[in-house]
Amino acid sequence: MSRILPHPVVSAALFIMWLLMNQTVSPGPALVGAVLALLGGWALALLRPGRPRLGPARAVLRLTGVVLVDIARSNLAVARVILSRQKSHYSSFVHVQLRLRNPQALAILACILTAAPGTAWIEFDPEEGWLLLHVLDLPDQDSWAHIIQNRYEKPLMEIFP
Amino acid sequence: MSHAADLPLFVAIPVALLVLAGAVLTLIGSLGLIRLKSFYERLHAPTLGTSFGIACTLLASILFFSVQQSRLVVHEVLIGILVVITTPVTLMLVGRAALHRDRQEGQQEVPPSAAPTSPPE
Repeated sequence: MSRILPHPVVSAALFIMWLLMNQTVSPGPALVGAVLALLGGWALALLRPGRPRLGPARAVLRLTGVVLVDIARSNLAVARVILSRQKSHYSSFVHVQLRLRNPQALAILACILTAAPGTAWIEFDPEEGWLLLHVLDLPDQDSWAHIIQNRYEKPLMEIFP
Repeated sequence: MSHAADLPLFVAIPVALLVLAGAVLTLIGSLGLIRLKSFYERLHAPTLGTSFGIACTLLASILFFSVQQSRLVVHEVLIGILVVITTPVTLMLVGRAALHRDRQEGQQEVPPSAAPTSPPE
């Protein structure tokens, strides 16, 4: 099982992606997709031994909901900053201490912070876990660090234990 | 878009609104590139287009082609996923390049390291 399918979730995702791109489930493309999915799983196994264990699906869904709402809100906030005539915002760098070390979880955190307008991931120090962010409209430094630690980091640590 | 006129009204209106919303958000993001003052502020502007700007446009596309072809068309989701996964790479590359240059030039506004340092008295 694990010899042929070292990363079943990744292989399944690759297979579904292939079918979506071809927009068909006919045998020809499906066969090519299956071969690609197998090769992709093997390639990943060669790159990085060890498969991430995923936490409860409920936590994943809840984090997805939180992130979607936050992205919608920050879209409007950034649009307001750009359109407002006078300079009403105060942008700054923010240091956030992270306990998260799992590389996949960090990658997802980077996607979240980048997708949400108004926060940009600038630099990460993996040894001490300091993350340097640039925030477009900053009420105060500490509140941002707490928001990231509580809203995103905690659920991610639950999902990637 | 030759059959766009055949679309029932209750689908055409949401599709039009979504396309408009996506286009307006992306336009505001591009405007931000002109209006915002510093480089690091300008980093934030295009993410309007890569988050809900693209989400609205893709939703409109899914809705339009699903109704027009009477089957579920969802391969737009792939575009969304790939954009979300790849934007951080470019953003970090550009951001860190700017940071590196600013540190080399000894700019005072940028932090010297990712860990906070106490400000000089």
